[in-house]
Amino acid sequence: MSLSREKDYGTPLRTSQILVTLSIDGVQTRVPAGTSVMAAAAKMGTQIPKLCATDTLEAFGSCRLCLVEIEGRRGTPASCTTPVEDGMIVRTQTKRIADLRRGVMELYISDHPLDCLTCSANGDCELQDMAGAVGLRDVRYGQDGERHRTVAVDDSNPYFTFDSSKCIVCSRCVRACEDVQGTFALTIDGRGMGSLVTTGGPDFLNSECVSCGACVQACPTATLNEKSVIEMGAPTRSIDTTCAYCGVGCGFRAEMQGDKVVRMVPSKAGKANEGHSCVKGRFAWGYATHKDRITKPMIRANITDPWREVTWDEAFTHAASEFRRIQGAYGIDSIGAITSSRCTNEETFLVQKLVRAGFGNNNVDTCARVCHSPTGYGLKTTFGTSAGTQDFKSVAMSDVILVIGANPTDAHPVFASRMKKRLRQGAKLIVIDPRRIDLVRTAHIEADHYLALKPGTNVAIINALAHVVVTEGLVSEAFVRERCDLSDFESWARFVARHENAPEAVEKVSGVAAHEIRAAARLFATGGNAAIYYGLGVTEHSQGSTMVMGMANLAMATGNLGRDGVGVNPLRGQNNVQGACDMGSFPHEFSGYRHVSDDATREMFEGLWSVTLSPEPGLRIPNMLDEAVEGRFKGLYIQGEDIAQSDPDTQHVTRGLRNMECVIVQDLFLNETAKYAHVFFPGSSFLEKDGTFTNAERRISRVRKAMAPQAGLADWETTLAFAKALGCVFAYDHPSQIMDEIAALTPTFTGVSYAKLDELGSIQWPCNENAPYGTPIMHVERFVRGKGKFMITEFVPTDERTTQRFPLILTTGRILSQYNVGVQTQRTANNIWHDEDVLEIHAFDAENRGIRDGDLVAIQSRSGEVALHARISERMQPGVVYTTFHHAKSGANVITTDYSDWATNCPEYKVTAVQVQRTNRWSDWQEEDRASGDLLRIIERKADAAE
Amino acid sequence: MSAHKLVRMANQIAIFFRTQPEEAAAAAVADHIKSFWSPVMRREIYAHLGAGGEGLEPLARAGLEVLKACDAGAYDGVTK
Repeated sequence: MSLSREKDYGTPLRTSQILVTLSIDGVQTRVPAGTSVMAAAAKMGTQIPKLCATDTLEAFGSCRLCLVEIEGRRGTPASCTTPVEDGMIVRTQTKRIADLRRGVMELYISDHPLDCLTCSANGDCELQDMAGAVGLRDVRYGQDGERHRTVAVDDSNPYFTFDSSKCIVCSRCVRACEDVQGTFALTIDGRGMGSLVTTGGPDFLNSECVSCGACVQACPTATLNEKSVIEMGAPTRSIDTTCAYCGVGCGFRAEMQGDKVVRMVPSKAGKANEGHSCVKGRFAWGYATHKDRITKPMIRANITDPWREVTWDEAFTHAASEFRRIQGAYGIDSIGAITSSRCTNEETFLVQKLVRAGFGNNNVDTCARVCHSPTGYGLKTTFGTSAGTQDFKSVAMSDVILVIGANPTDAHPVFASRMKKRLRQGAKLIVIDPRRIDLVRTAHIEADHYLALKPGTNVAIINALAHVVVTEGLVSEAFVRERCDLSDFESWARFVARHENAPEAVEKVSGVAAHEIRAAARLFATGGNAAIYYGLGVTEHSQGSTMVMGMANLAMATGNLGRDGVGVNPLRGQNNVQGACDMGSFPHEFSGYRHVSDDATREMFEGLWSVTLSPEPGLRIPNMLDEAVEGRFKGLYIQGEDIAQSDPDTQHVTRGLRNMECVIVQDLFLNETAKYAHVFFPGSSFLEKDGTFTNAERRISRVRKAMAPQAGLADWETTLAFAKALGCVFAYDHPSQIMDEIAALTPTFTGVSYAKLDELGSIQWPCNENAPYGTPIMHVERFVRGKGKFMITEFVPTDERTTQRFPLILTTGRILSQYNVGVQTQRTANNIWHDEDVLEIHAFDAENRGIRDGDLVAIQSRSGEVALHARISERMQPGVVYTTFHHAKSGANVITTDYSDWATNCPEYKVTAVQVQRTNRWSDWQEEDRASGDLLRIIERKADAAE
Repeated sequence: MSAHKLVRMANQIAIFFRTQPEEAAAAAVADHIKSFWSPVMRREIYAHLGAGGEGLEPLARAGLEVLKACDAGAYDGVTK
């Protein structure tokens, strides 16, 4: 495949019902009103020279290279800032214009180093291209400009350099940072020829820059350039694929030299990201070829033995033999599997098929159990389907944005940029979070209402908001009457109107002032299109499912569903959480969220798979571990998950794993869980396989193989071979055939195929005969379940209470530069921003305990104890402390408990009662983990063991 | 699984459905446990129920009685 470049129309394309006819260089063309002359010309194939314009940014009109002549107008207007008009006659090439453009180019080149042949952007430089396009042959002012040459190259950022000597001060980087990313880290310092792009700090690394790459993407020269390009040279081929980090699912172009990635470039055609990216997807891909990758299968009899490298065949035979032995000894239900939200839909589907058809039980679960399982339950109960209601671009139509229990600027940064753009345009913002997240007050954005509730009181707050809506006559009666079950609504309305749900009563439990709750409710109900965006701060509670239903109630009561700008929108953590759930990874349901007890559905699967399937739900992850501790669950196949780090109550998890007789881990690295494994199947990164991911907006996007699997097999091939060793006949030559089977068995996917994905770029399910091109917005005319169902959501305080012994509440979260358990991002330069998890604590709590910033502190809960360094933070409220869980050595989940959501067993990560005190040592668990960790990872290498 | 954990889970479910009318609430508890608990978990909670059901909230107990009858084939009610 050759290197492809996306066309640049110079200014953003417009959509309008009104078409405008004009003539460009004697050719008539029709374009939507609002289109610039530059874009109109580009659409018909005429590239007007430009430097400061690019179609991801609004026109700026500074470079004066895109001048044109327009009949009847004086002068030579800039085509980028001139909108088309009916009857306009434009000439893009005349002698007068050519002279002007050459003159402009002369000025630029007079202060630009002429080192094109050795420049890292050679062949990929718009200045070079434009010099050619305007026919520059001479520079009358000489070529010895010294304006920028005394400024040193800033190479502080680990991924890109800033070489001011090559800067033409077009402001594209500054505008990208403002308009696309919304960080405002860059500015132009000085005037005239003294103008310089600056970060406002000593260098890029020590500035507000978040390394999203938007400035690098926008730069037309080598001023901002990837270090990988400087080191390796220009890419020679490219492949369109999808990012494997968070649930935004950005489209990327993997630009390659042979089988080496040179850079990952965000795709403008990617409908989730529209050309934007974050530091992880754009730059943190080096883990894929990191030296820690395990590329040979390994086995061992006991976890205290060294690993022994074996052939794939031996690994499959051994693993299959062990699983069959265990089932023979302990029963058919004694084994199970965990699918991965980092793997593709096809791989996930295969694993659950292996469990149901090969293991003969339904003991399959996925990591969504510990993050968004309450979303599935809550939205299916109220709306009829287990997914968010909108596409990402819907936020551009929102007038009020309610963010609850989510930190989009860190965890979903590319979507956060869309959201911030809308907020800068004037949409109102309500943030409900115990921790003062960036969005509460950031560049040109300030929340209209920030409800700093106590952890564990989400449901009380959502009921109080609903109370105001109902008791102050703010219900959208027409919507409720037409779209919802009236009997359920009336019961719910009576419930929320009760005194205990009034803001004044809720103030006592939540800590949020009643007048703030009332004001936020009024704004949400009356401010126009109101949308809810939420994350794990909603789901990871003992009332996670209740809260999801509470938000659905609020959206229905205010009529905020079924159109652009509104909706209930989960922000999914990992790249394919939505897909893993869609594919039937939960133990109680097949793909498409159909219960295993449904005879018609089960018979359909049985018919295609030629097996008898169990009609009973299997074990969920926590149940599997409980059963393992009890000694009845003995074998687990884990694809791409690290439950020993990510799941709560680590010591309980590891007790369960130690009790098993065969744990199979399939992963890129020897992760924490692999310390307790007996078989290791080396995994393949997203660059090494074909498949699809489904993002948080239900968008199915292709993942395309850019290089051969390092271990010889893609993950789907590994599962296939394991299934074969177990005696299962699964016949696929390519993941597209697995998708065909998914489509044949899943009503919401019947229209999905690789051919259609190639044609459309991506598809939002449902995609079937009723929606052949997919469904951007759900529940437009009716809810999937028919009438929307209001659910009564009584607030029940969690049993996890503060006590004299544990007087603080710990809550956990994520940071921008690291991803989940960190196995990927910690094998990149991202560690420069976050090399350890710290405990954020309010100054009041710190002072009471004699804790200073940077002190090592012990954090104790009823589950365990770890030590972290303290960071005194104004983000925290008194009584609440916070940490991230990205580093295994931190053991953040040693502290969290086994309390979980009532409906789904999703762990209550967000509320743990703890004590914090100064210490001078790591905890016993941390010391033991470090001592035993290395022992459990020893590999006895044999040069000829595996091919 | 430990009876203590199963009792806690059953009680949590009952607490959610307690706002519904009594008969519907018991059926809802039964339906939820039938839909999401594996047979081995159900057998264990039945055993605990048979041994007196210590710690079970009345509604959890009522729901489990409904489900136990259903699992024994003697119930033709709301559960699947």
